[in-house]
Amino acid sequence: MNPANYLYLSALLFTIGAAGVLIRRNAIVVFMCVELMLNACNLAFVTFSRLHGNLDGQVIAFFTMVVAAAEVVVGLAIIVSIFRSRHSASVDDANLMKL
Amino acid sequence: MSFPLLTVTAAVPAVGAVVTAAVPAAKRSAAKYTALLFSVATLVLAIVALVRFDPDGDRYQLTESHAWIKDFGLRYDLGVDGIGVTLVALTALLIPFVMLAGWHDADPLEDVNPNRRWRPTQGFFALILLVEAMVVLSFEATDVFLFYIFFEAMLIPMYFLIGGFGDRAHAAGEEEAARQRSYAAVKFLLYNLAGGLIMLAAVIGLYAVTAKQLGQGTFSLQEILAARGSGKLHIETSTERWLFLGFFFAFAVKAPLWPLHTWLPNAMGESTAPVAVLITAVVDKVGTFAMLRYCLQLFPEASKWATPTILVLALIGVIYGALLAVGQRDIKRLIAYASISHFGFIILGIFAMTSQGQSGAALYMINHGISTAALMLVAGFLITRRGSRLIADFGGVQKVAPVLAGTFLIGGLATLSLPGLAPFVSEFLVLVGTFTRYPVIGIVATLGIVLAALYVLVLYQRTMTGPVKAGIEGMSDLKVRELVVVAPLIALLLFLGVYPKPVTDILNPSVKHTLSDVHKTDPKPALEAKK
Amino acid sequence: MENLIGLLVASPLLGAGILLTGGKRLDRVGHWLGTLLALVSFALGVALFANMLGKDADDRGLHSHLFTWVPVGGFRADVGFQLDQLSMTFVLLITGVGTLIHIYSIGYMEHDERRRRFFGYLNLFLAAMLLLVLADNYFLLYAGWEGVGLASYLLIGFWQHKPSAATAAKKAFLVNRVGDIGLSVGIMLMFTTFGSFAFADILPKAQEASTTQHATVTGIGFMLLLAACGKSAQVPLQSWLGDAMEGPTPVSALIHAATMVTAGVYLITRSGAIFNAAPDAQTAVVTVGAVTLLFGAIVGCAKDDIKKALAGSTMSQIGYMIMAAGLGPIGYVFAIMHLVTHGFFKAGLFLGAGSVMHGMNDEVDMRRYGGLRKYMPVTFVTFGLGYLAIIGFPGLSGFFSKDKIIEAAFAKGGTEGWILGCCALLGAAITAFYMTRVMIMTFFGEKRWVPDADGHEPHPHESPSSMTIPMIILAFGSVLAGGLFSINSSFVKWLEPVTGHSEGDSPVSAGTVTAGTMVALVIGVGIAWAMYARRSVPAVAPRGSLLTRAARRDLLQDDFNHVVLVRGGEHLTRSLVYLDHSLVDGVVNGTAASVGGLSGRLRKLQNGYVRSYAVSMLGGSAVLVAATLLMRAV
Repeated sequence: MNPANYLYLSALLFTIGAAGVLIRRNAIVVFMCVELMLNACNLAFVTFSRLHGNLDGQVIAFFTMVVAAAEVVVGLAIIVSIFRSRHSASVDDANLMKL
Repeated sequence: MSFPLLTVTAAVPAVGAVVTAAVPAAKRSAAKYTALLFSVATLVLAIVALVRFDPDGDRYQLTESHAWIKDFGLRYDLGVDGIGVTLVALTALLIPFVMLAGWHDADPLEDVNPNRRWRPTQGFFALILLVEAMVVLSFEATDVFLFYIFFEAMLIPMYFLIGGFGDRAHAAGEEEAARQRSYAAVKFLLYNLAGGLIMLAAVIGLYAVTAKQLGQGTFSLQEILAARGSGKLHIETSTERWLFLGFFFAFAVKAPLWPLHTWLPNAMGESTAPVAVLITAVVDKVGTFAMLRYCLQLFPEASKWATPTILVLALIGVIYGALLAVGQRDIKRLIAYASISHFGFIILGIFAMTSQGQSGAALYMINHGISTAALMLVAGFLITRRGSRLIADFGGVQKVAPVLAGTFLIGGLATLSLPGLAPFVSEFLVLVGTFTRYPVIGIVATLGIVLAALYVLVLYQRTMTGPVKAGIEGMSDLKVRELVVVAPLIALLLFLGVYPKPVTDILNPSVKHTLSDVHKTDPKPALEAKK
Repeated sequence: MENLIGLLVASPLLGAGILLTGGKRLDRVGHWLGTLLALVSFALGVALFANMLGKDADDRGLHSHLFTWVPVGGFRADVGFQLDQLSMTFVLLITGVGTLIHIYSIGYMEHDERRRRFFGYLNLFLAAMLLLVLADNYFLLYAGWEGVGLASYLLIGFWQHKPSAATAAKKAFLVNRVGDIGLSVGIMLMFTTFGSFAFADILPKAQEASTTQHATVTGIGFMLLLAACGKSAQVPLQSWLGDAMEGPTPVSALIHAATMVTAGVYLITRSGAIFNAAPDAQTAVVTVGAVTLLFGAIVGCAKDDIKKALAGSTMSQIGYMIMAAGLGPIGYVFAIMHLVTHGFFKAGLFLGAGSVMHGMNDEVDMRRYGGLRKYMPVTFVTFGLGYLAIIGFPGLSGFFSKDKIIEAAFAKGGTEGWILGCCALLGAAITAFYMTRVMIMTFFGEKRWVPDADGHEPHPHESPSSMTIPMIILAFGSVLAGGLFSINSSFVKWLEPVTGHSEGDSPVSAGTVTAGTMVALVIGVGIAWAMYARRSVPAVAPRGSLLTRAARRDLLQDDFNHVVLVRGGEHLTRSLVYLDHSLVDGVVNGTAASVGGLSGRLRKLQNGYVRSYAVSMLGGSAVLVAATLLMRAV
């Protein structure tokens, strides 16, 4: 199978993820879209690893997964605590981080 | 290896700062005495250094040299020349008086909850000691980068001293006072930081030049001078000028030279009198000192190139500062503008490039420190008593507090350079030194002595003479603690006014070295020159 | 003997130190201590004088080097004393009159609670004045010069609670400082020309220097003249002297009549070698002297305040001395001779005025006096003798010294000599007029006094003996000094080795000049008698002519100063304060404000919406990627 197809898929997934982050308001959905982008990257890494015949890409993919897992832990905790205090999971409602 | 006297002289106040800060909140007076003890110990060490310094010996003495960060050529190099060692002594001398004068300035107000861990007194005295340590180190450093570090670092404790401890009494009310105080502190910090950052660029530039030409970059003053002397290092004219300007700008802000002076009246006006003394008599001296040590030694050709401009700015400073002092309504701001005028004289002396001018300038730094301290501290006592710094709120003080008025007059007379008091000698030396090379500038600068008489005597007349004003009647005369502060300063002013030889003997050889660095000799008297 | 010179200065200096720091404990003995130390100084002066008389005329100079004051490179200022005939004359005058005035002050200041401090200041003055005349170099002379300025400041403003006194003191110091610019620039010029400050290095070389450095030497002369104008209250720096009368009367007598104000004459005489080598400067000196002698005399005619009338007279008499000193070797000796005789009679006149005020509840307006001769016989007689001396009544001191100056003025020769001589004669006539006026208004006619503001009727009475004795001694001096000095030209011979002397070439004979001065005297006295003795003196000053009104205001000089210097200065400083705040500081604050404004704008980008940040991140990454690709492509 042509490895380029995996890359197309990766690009597609990334675009969907990016569009989701930009368009959706619900923090959970935004969050899932971020995950989607990360995984799109993973797919690209693995594909390149295969293409170039070395393991660098796969190693980085593992790193990314660990980072994603850590991110989920922190991110979900933040979302939950925001939801508790504001009764809303909309990212537009949480705009206090400005001067 | 010999005893590291210079390091210890700087370390004692630094340790003192930590110890003072650690004194528990409730034991306020213990903190004061601790701080005083450490400052007196520093004074003793400084006097030992002064005694051990041999005027006829090497240029830099009591030197210490250690590698610090080898890869960047950073060294921990200390050493003092005649000017450095006397300025260290001046600093160490003034700090105990500053502390004694400000003994109650940082006592917390009574309404503050005693249970809170509220320790302004400890902070005040610790910060003063910290400033002392840094000033002493910047007089002692012979490594450009080391100097830079302390030159900049002293801004931090000064910022807190200015912003954190203002006058209790303020005509505009507590809130407005706090606003003006923080304005003054921020202005002080930003001005000096801007100067410092430009200097940092020049310091790095200097390093780059040495790295390029010598293979290994260095900040060491001696190494650079030696390399230039042997011809290994040759800084191009335009590079030298840029580097000179970078250094000079920082020093001109600190000194302060017109038109970079406007932070000084704010800072001195809003801070308490002892802190104002710290600013003008101690911290600012680093600026003029550094001009002599770094600008002239590192960049002799550029210094000569910039001389005309600097002389004109200094001259403007002399006249402008004095004229503005005449127009002030606030005692402390008046003294601040007077200081600007005096710093003009010092810079004039430095850049006249004659032995009289530079010895005079170096001596002027000492004398100005003592005389301004005397005048400002007495003014502080006066202000604390009346609860106002406006000249218009005073009148007839000499009737109720003759000793206070008398000491104030002597401080004022020193400020206007009356013969017999120390500043006269230095001012005249500066004037003569300037005159021999630049007669017109010398003559115009002489106008400064008339204006000095004007602002001092107007101040004295309005505050001390005439009928006793309302609010003055009950004013008490100087207390013992205050006399202990003022009397030695006055004695010193008299002594150095009549017999400045001990000090000039230490200063003269250093000035000679500096002059030979810039390849300048004194002009011969016209009658001899003809022959 | 050399060591005594130092003690001469040290004695009053010690007194000043003790009295000013001693505190209240010394209140009871302070005045005695001060007087004693002044007396010690006088005794030392007499001892040195006796010693000097025992030596040859050319070998009389004593020199004593104490220590090097300021050694820096080629700059060497020493503390050293030089006692020659010129200094000796001044030492005796200063310590002698000084001691008398100390004694007088014991009585005069008896009721002043700050008497101890007064004596401390007086001692300080003596020390500074002695330093001035004994210094062997210009740098040390400058120290004494400023020192007497300080003492004068402290003493004029002694009654500090009076705003007028404080203002007068400040004014005196400031005007003197303007003169001091002259002295300091002069000293700097000397340093750049001769490389030294010592009289011994400069004066002998002045002639030689003037061949190559003529402009510089002339410049030095002008600068010294400026200094002399300040200290000796000569036009255009004379305005402080009238106001200085705010000080206690003994101060006016000692400082502002007998000694300090004559320091300018000393300076010019001492620097004679420089002026001899700079004819242009000499011309300026005689011009200043001639103008001031008329100026002071005119002002003296119009004042109703007895002390201010005497102050105008002092100005005028010093004008004579300055003019004489400007004449060169013809005049130096007579300048100093007039200075000494003037020291006697003017001090006596001031003490007399003080005695009158003492008896009249400190009233100074002569229109409130009248007929006092009956109440104060001693004062009347001593004042009268001083009066006769100053107008140049034949046989008294002033006659000899003033007459010689007028002769010397004619002897200058040429048109210049005629102008100066006529000015001097005119001055003599005016002197006779205003002094007669003072005399008549004070001691003759009917009494005109009225109760003061508190309703106290003055009870004129003679002063205590501590005050009258000094007046009597000074009166003797006023009568005899001139005659003694003239016997066998002893004074000329005494000073000649130091100042040099030449007779000059007078177009008119000495007898003619004397006749001329007599005529002037008679005219002056006659007019005054006609105006004030024949008619009764109005108790309120009449409006007077334009000249009178101008003279009352010191010929409008003060008004000029006020408008140009005071007002102008105020406007200048005020506008500078404004500019410093708005322009210099404005640039700084403006920069700060614009940075603040810019960051305020930029801050709006931080809107807090996560998704807008995400867009910018995406956009930024896209731009980066595009840029990278583009770089690759190129």
